[in-house]
Amino acid sequence: MGNFILRNIAKFVLLMIAVSMVTFVLVSISPVDPVQANVGQTAYINMSEAKRAQLAEYWGVNTPLWERYANWFGDLLHGDLGTSLRFNAPVADVIATRAVNSLALMATAWVVSGVLGFALGVLAGANRGRIVDRVVKGYCFLLASVPTFWLGLVFLIVFSVWLGWFPFGFSVPIGVSAADVTLADALHHLALPALTLSVVGVANIALHTREKTIDVLESDYVRFARARGLSTWGALRHHGLRNLALPALTLQFASISEIFGGSVLVEQVFSYPGLGQAAVTAGLGGDVALLAGIALFSAAFVFGGNLIANMLYGVVDPRIRKGEAHA
Amino acid sequence: MEDRTRMQDESQALRAAELDAVSEALLAAHDHERTSHADAQKHHHHTHAPVSHHEHGHHLLQVEDLSVGFRMYEEDAPFFRARQRVVEVIHRLSISVHVGEIVAVVGASGSGKTLLADAILGLFEPNATACGRIWYDGELQDAASLAERRGNGISLVPQSVNHLDPLMKVGRQVEGFARADVPHAERARHRERLFARYGLSEDAADLYPHQLSGGMARRVLLCCALMDDPRLIIADEPTPGLDLDLAVRALGDFRDFADAGGGVLLITHDIELALRVADRVAVFKDGTVVEETAVANFASPDTLEHPFSRELWHALPEHDFAVPPASPCEGDGGAQSLGQS
Repeated sequence: MGNFILRNIAKFVLLMIAVSMVTFVLVSISPVDPVQANVGQTAYINMSEAKRAQLAEYWGVNTPLWERYANWFGDLLHGDLGTSLRFNAPVADVIATRAVNSLALMATAWVVSGVLGFALGVLAGANRGRIVDRVVKGYCFLLASVPTFWLGLVFLIVFSVWLGWFPFGFSVPIGVSAADVTLADALHHLALPALTLSVVGVANIALHTREKTIDVLESDYVRFARARGLSTWGALRHHGLRNLALPALTLQFASISEIFGGSVLVEQVFSYPGLGQAAVTAGLGGDVALLAGIALFSAAFVFGGNLIANMLYGVVDPRIRKGEAHA
Repeated sequence: MEDRTRMQDESQALRAAELDAVSEALLAAHDHERTSHADAQKHHHHTHAPVSHHEHGHHLLQVEDLSVGFRMYEEDAPFFRARQRVVEVIHRLSISVHVGEIVAVVGASGSGKTLLADAILGLFEPNATACGRIWYDGELQDAASLAERRGNGISLVPQSVNHLDPLMKVGRQVEGFARADVPHAERARHRERLFARYGLSEDAADLYPHQLSGGMARRVLLCCALMDDPRLIIADEPTPGLDLDLAVRALGDFRDFADAGGGVLLITHDIELALRVADRVAVFKDGTVVEETAVANFASPDTLEHPFSRELWHALPEHDFAVPPASPCEGDGGAQSLGQS
């Protein structure tokens, strides 16, 4: 067990170093000039050469990449993620406020897509070849091939423009002071982006669960359970769900990365002020500190998801638990 | 032909347990009751063993003219032009099990014997078509009533521990879920009695299937079947993977069950073992039973009727291991794989 923890900590540290290095290198290669991007086009043109040089010096444009990285990394070890150029605030604060919005969005989408996808997958698998199966399968294939941002736009057109059920964007109503925003308002703004994200996430889980359900139904143990008098649904309930839950859970935790990726697009379409949107802003603005911070945060998040999936294996499957005890 | 009943897709009730068939069945049972036949006398396509007897004047299980086929696409035709055709795996098979006896169905591995078990249990793949007549305890069955018999009169003893849910403790699985009317505490007591009888400790109930030894797994699977107090046990290859000692003990358990008034249909590829424990042997070849005869008739090839049964006799190790020259291909496929165990 101690071995397991140590190994995962080592993996985590290596992952963080790799992710931050890649971010720094990519930003340094990027053609975006942080000075130009941050002071704005007009201001940049009107600025004197000396002023530009001063700003460049202030922002460390001419400092070599490795020196910048070493500085940043040294500060990181003291818990300082640096200051965001675009938001003019400590990176940690920016990520904290944005993360609350994003996590609410992602958690909703994650739970809805997981539960709905699992249910649809079992339903389709148990009715293989029948009309229910065809409908579910068709729906999944369609969704799997639809780009997230396009679906977001369609939802905006249908539900916000035509039907007027949901707001057009943002996480709170416009023109209302932050203190007056109610939970209902927040949920109202969350609904449509969350719906978009979950609808797209369903396809993957449902198709995998369907395949697995078919395997389970054809397994010897379900045949034997039925030979002992259980109906197909009874066998599925008593013996199937347990065996289906394992791959579904793993997939679900592994899909956190996909939800994260999807949330970037969805937040952009819905102007939802979350991490994804902040990442886009940081990337376009050459805001390396914020971008690295977000990259670290999301990598840690996905790492956590995969780690949980690994540990759940052990909880659900006695064969793996046993194997670990021997190791 | 018109009295052929079709069992198609078990969810569908047998379309027509046609009146003809039912009255014929009654008539047959009645006729049978009046017939007093000597042990070796042939009737209903089979000869009796000393223990075979007709309780209430009928067989415990009687299968007549059972055919099972699968609808599938032609394999060698081009993808878009492939037509569906029915591949018949079991043809007009007849077999009977009496109270108090073990009937061994002996045939080569992979020749469709398991399908026979599936058909009797009413477990069909969606693309399967089955026709024929099956009587259980004197009553003509259809797909729906066969499904009701599962775990409620007819129980299966499967081949290996793979037939247990890998993620559930053995004790809970033996207790089973099908009988919602019996309280769980009562089932647990029943399971404890069975475990005690078959020398399984209470600790075994807390194990997962992958933790069982071969001998324990065999007893656990038997307990699964006995939990439901069956009258007929269908044992589908229950001995592979067991050493001879365990296999003999396994079959001894079936003997006890039969002696206590049950019937056992033992499906196996191991003819030596079958001859040791069974009362009658049904020789299974090419999807049908070519001969159903008392074990005693295997004493000499002269008392065996079908050429294939005689080939089997000759292929036994204690005889001459001979592969008959007449039909080398057939002899190769059938007899050799049967001789070894």
